[in-house]
Amino acid sequence: MSTRLQNAGRLIDRSKPVEFSFNGKRLRGYQGDTLASALLANDQMMIGRSFKYHRPRGVVASGAEEPNGLVNMGQGGYFEPNQRVTTQEVFDGLTATSQNHWPSLEFDIGAVNQLFARFLPAGFYYKMFIHPRPFWKHVYEPFIRQSAGLGKVPQERDADTYEHFYHFCDVLVVGGGIAGLAAALKAAKSGKSVTLIEQTADWGGRAVVDGVQIDGQSAADWVAATLATLGKMANVTIRSRTMAAGVYDHGYVLAYERLTDHISDKSGVRHRLWRIRAGHVVAATGAIERPLSFAGNDIPGVLLAAAVRDYVVNFGVSVGDRTVVVTNNDDAYRTALALKEAGLAVPAIIDVRPSGAGPIGQVAERAGIRVLKGKAIAKVKGKTRVTGVQVCLQAGEGSVLEEIACDCVAMSGGWSPVVHLWSHCGGKLTWDDDQAMFRPDAARGPTGADGKVFVTAVGSANGHLGTAAILRDAGLDATTNEVAEAAIEPVWMMPQGAGPKLRMKAWLDYQNDVKVSDVQLAAREGYESVEHTKRYTTLGMATDQGKLSNINGLAILSQALDAPIPAVGTTTFRPPYTPISMGAIGGAARDAIFQPLRRTPMHDLHEANGVDWEPVGHWRRGYAYPRAGEKVHDAVNREILNVRENVGLLDASTLGKIIVKGPDAGRFLDMLYTNLMSTLPVGKCRYGLMCTENGFLSDDGVVVRLADDTWLCHTTTGGADRIHGWMEDWLQTEWYDWQVYTANVTEQYAQVVVAGPKARQLLQSFGGDLDLSKDAFPFMTYVEGKLGEFDARIYRISFSGELSYEVAVPASQGAAFWQALLANGQAFGVMPYGTEAMHIMRAEKGFIMIGDETDGTVIPQDLNLGWAISKKKADYLGKRAQERSHMTDPKRWKLVGLETLDGSVIPDGSHAPAAGTNANGQRNTQGRVTSTYYSPTLKRGIAMALVLNGLDRMGQEIEFQNDKGGLIKARIVDPVFYDKDGAKQNV
Amino acid sequence: MLTLHCPYCGIQADETELAAGGEAHLKRYGPGSSDDEFETYLFMRENKKGVHLERWRHAYGCGKWFLAARDTATLEVYGTYAAQTSEPPVEVKAAIRAKHPGWTWKEQA
Repeated sequence: MSTRLQNAGRLIDRSKPVEFSFNGKRLRGYQGDTLASALLANDQMMIGRSFKYHRPRGVVASGAEEPNGLVNMGQGGYFEPNQRVTTQEVFDGLTATSQNHWPSLEFDIGAVNQLFARFLPAGFYYKMFIHPRPFWKHVYEPFIRQSAGLGKVPQERDADTYEHFYHFCDVLVVGGGIAGLAAALKAAKSGKSVTLIEQTADWGGRAVVDGVQIDGQSAADWVAATLATLGKMANVTIRSRTMAAGVYDHGYVLAYERLTDHISDKSGVRHRLWRIRAGHVVAATGAIERPLSFAGNDIPGVLLAAAVRDYVVNFGVSVGDRTVVVTNNDDAYRTALALKEAGLAVPAIIDVRPSGAGPIGQVAERAGIRVLKGKAIAKVKGKTRVTGVQVCLQAGEGSVLEEIACDCVAMSGGWSPVVHLWSHCGGKLTWDDDQAMFRPDAARGPTGADGKVFVTAVGSANGHLGTAAILRDAGLDATTNEVAEAAIEPVWMMPQGAGPKLRMKAWLDYQNDVKVSDVQLAAREGYESVEHTKRYTTLGMATDQGKLSNINGLAILSQALDAPIPAVGTTTFRPPYTPISMGAIGGAARDAIFQPLRRTPMHDLHEANGVDWEPVGHWRRGYAYPRAGEKVHDAVNREILNVRENVGLLDASTLGKIIVKGPDAGRFLDMLYTNLMSTLPVGKCRYGLMCTENGFLSDDGVVVRLADDTWLCHTTTGGADRIHGWMEDWLQTEWYDWQVYTANVTEQYAQVVVAGPKARQLLQSFGGDLDLSKDAFPFMTYVEGKLGEFDARIYRISFSGELSYEVAVPASQGAAFWQALLANGQAFGVMPYGTEAMHIMRAEKGFIMIGDETDGTVIPQDLNLGWAISKKKADYLGKRAQERSHMTDPKRWKLVGLETLDGSVIPDGSHAPAAGTNANGQRNTQGRVTSTYYSPTLKRGIAMALVLNGLDRMGQEIEFQNDKGGLIKARIVDPVFYDKDGAKQNV
Repeated sequence: MLTLHCPYCGIQADETELAAGGEAHLKRYGPGSSDDEFETYLFMRENKKGVHLERWRHAYGCGKWFLAARDTATLEVYGTYAAQTSEPPVEVKAAIRAKHPGWTWKEQA
């Protein structure tokens, strides 16, 4: 059984016991424990079940590479699935539950899958769920959804808070082992700003576990002293529990700091995402031990050798009383010796190498450990935990030589450098045949803005496994106590000639249940690329991203393909190194500050008036102003009729307002707009269209000539920033010798549309120095002056078809002006109206709306706006494009109005079907609706549509689709439905 | 995420401050041009693995457009320069040719 030892445990504080729960059981641990060590201390060997076969699984590793130990953590708003027990520190009150089983961890129905394992091979999903087609939707997908997924989905809103940090440094050192510390010290002494981060809570990495001596000091003392030196330097920033998640272009690094995951008090920020711009990145990320592929290597109690050592040395936890060590290298002997020292039994070291280990082999034998050379494990015995191993020859096919009883197997297949950070941004790897590992190829690193390599891998991350070599790589020459080691013997399958039965039980990817036999099957079926094999078998696609399985898997693939390992290559290393929380990615950008809201000066007044908001760009605009108990649609109709009969107010502050000024401003606007703006007299307004260079209509609005050299261009609400950018683009990069300034003054003014037969009376009631009479202030002109106490610029323009004024006042006066309009307007029946009323009224007048009548494929000529295109101008943006044959094709659909025969409303986006089908077998069409509304003025459905030969079909009937699969008959009419002569707006 | 030196602000600007504007040094063809000329101007773009000359705007900074010579494969930046030019300045060309001997860009050989 696994248990807590009396002594040992360098990381736990036995004076600080903590209580936590696992699957409802109250358990005890110590401060400093990981959840994994605390569970093992309580003999909780089995922690979860695998994804596909629901096999019982226990921890395999002691760090970030752990594939099995995933649990649901926390409760309510603090619940989160798939938390790794090996990196989760215990705290008082921690609650965790196991995943992927039903009804319980010990008894699981899904485990029946393993009985059918031979029918669930690689690519099972692709092979099984293809036919018959209708089964996918109704049978297969619901079934897969039911059985897929590891953890549970959180049901409540995340109660934690998160934040981002922006950070800059000359050198970022990732990894707090001896290589990282040495590298950080060297960089810091040179005066550079250095940031040192370590993913775990403690420092020193493997060296402090393995009893390394550096310059006569214990590694623990050396680490403490070095850390203290660094801590005193002003140019050094140090963070533990901070993981470098990814390295990106030009030295950009994301790091993930966990602030409250290890404590009971959850009141502070939980995770902090560091957005680091580093001049240079030092990846001292260490190495990860590889499992060995033998039958039964997934049974709880089979762990990586170094993990078994970690649990004893760091946490005082023995995984088993009797541990068999199986290895192809010298390092695992350290585990055997550590266990012996802790008073535990090591019945045997099974070493595949016929000549065994270097000097450490004799140390082991002197300690009384039996070393079996040239041997291997044929099979691990046991179901929910290890009960023994069968020993065989590594060179053979698995004939059992003897059986050894044990309750733990410590395996080591060698070490793989953690090359993720090196590789994220394009660093290439080289295969080291002697050490049987991929390591960074220094000549082909990721390059930065200056063309130089900006990541350096040091220490074991760079393929150095000896202490002295690691320190030298990090820039420190030191004497150490290390002894020579015998070479590793690469072993990818155990035993070498294992038959199908053994291979079907030899796991590569524990979490996704990928076995040696699956990869071999993929190779037989023609999957030669490692990237394809990965996706076909799901090898390395689990939440651990193949940290344990990838190298073994591709070695198996290379054997099956009879190609050398470097020719097969690795899959792509992508960020993040280990999963980071969605909360950390979002940071503080949540709720109201997810996206800043733009508010007009009258925003709060509308809100108090019960407005129904509509998002328009980053603004909120009032869609309608429903009264208590009134439906929105009824409010819209009321607002329209009131504008038509009395007077209405529309907050138009969001409309873009761009000042264009300078000696060449007129010439510039003539290029920008399709019509002539240079000839517009001072004091007058003109409607204008802007097109892209491709000829398509892009924006529209009223242009005002404010002075001889100054124009004011109104744009659509959503177009203000885009059009301002468009102007700047042409001014800066094409006509940069033209003397023109632009300024986007959209937010400097509050603008109110005062529209309706009583609009003039309402404005006149303010008093002031302006003559607003019909003759003094005609249509399409503007005046400037005092309107009562307000500083007003009034444009007499109309988008509703009524007598209409747009009044601009300084933004600071906007709220007061709106309130004054409402107060003064009482006598005239004033009501605010929203964007929907505005839309319907403009459609009644046949005015186009950018985004409704246009969609990026419509030219002004399609909308019968030829009158707004200058024939005199030699050039304007889009003119050349509009001369192309397709643009002048008489078959282009033209804008028309539609009146439904039965008065109903045609659905938005409806198409008019035509006879026959196109090349894709789709029904031909002859038109589509661009705007469609119920008109309260006309008391019927009206629409605007683009229709083939539309202008020649006035008065004819055409059929559009309704939303029930049928057709609606409509008559093609002039799109101006209301007051064709403009009598109402010209009063 | 790239950083580019804004020639106007004089700072190393983060990509989040910048807006990309496509290929640099396009010659505009308006009315009177042939269909081929207009097609080339409007649609025909370089898509190189290697040296690329491109337009960037310091959109959330000074608002100025500038041009950059960049390697799309290695992400090396050979230089940024004013937009009011028809070809890269001598020092940028030299920096490019130091890494890509004999490099030419369309008609600015």
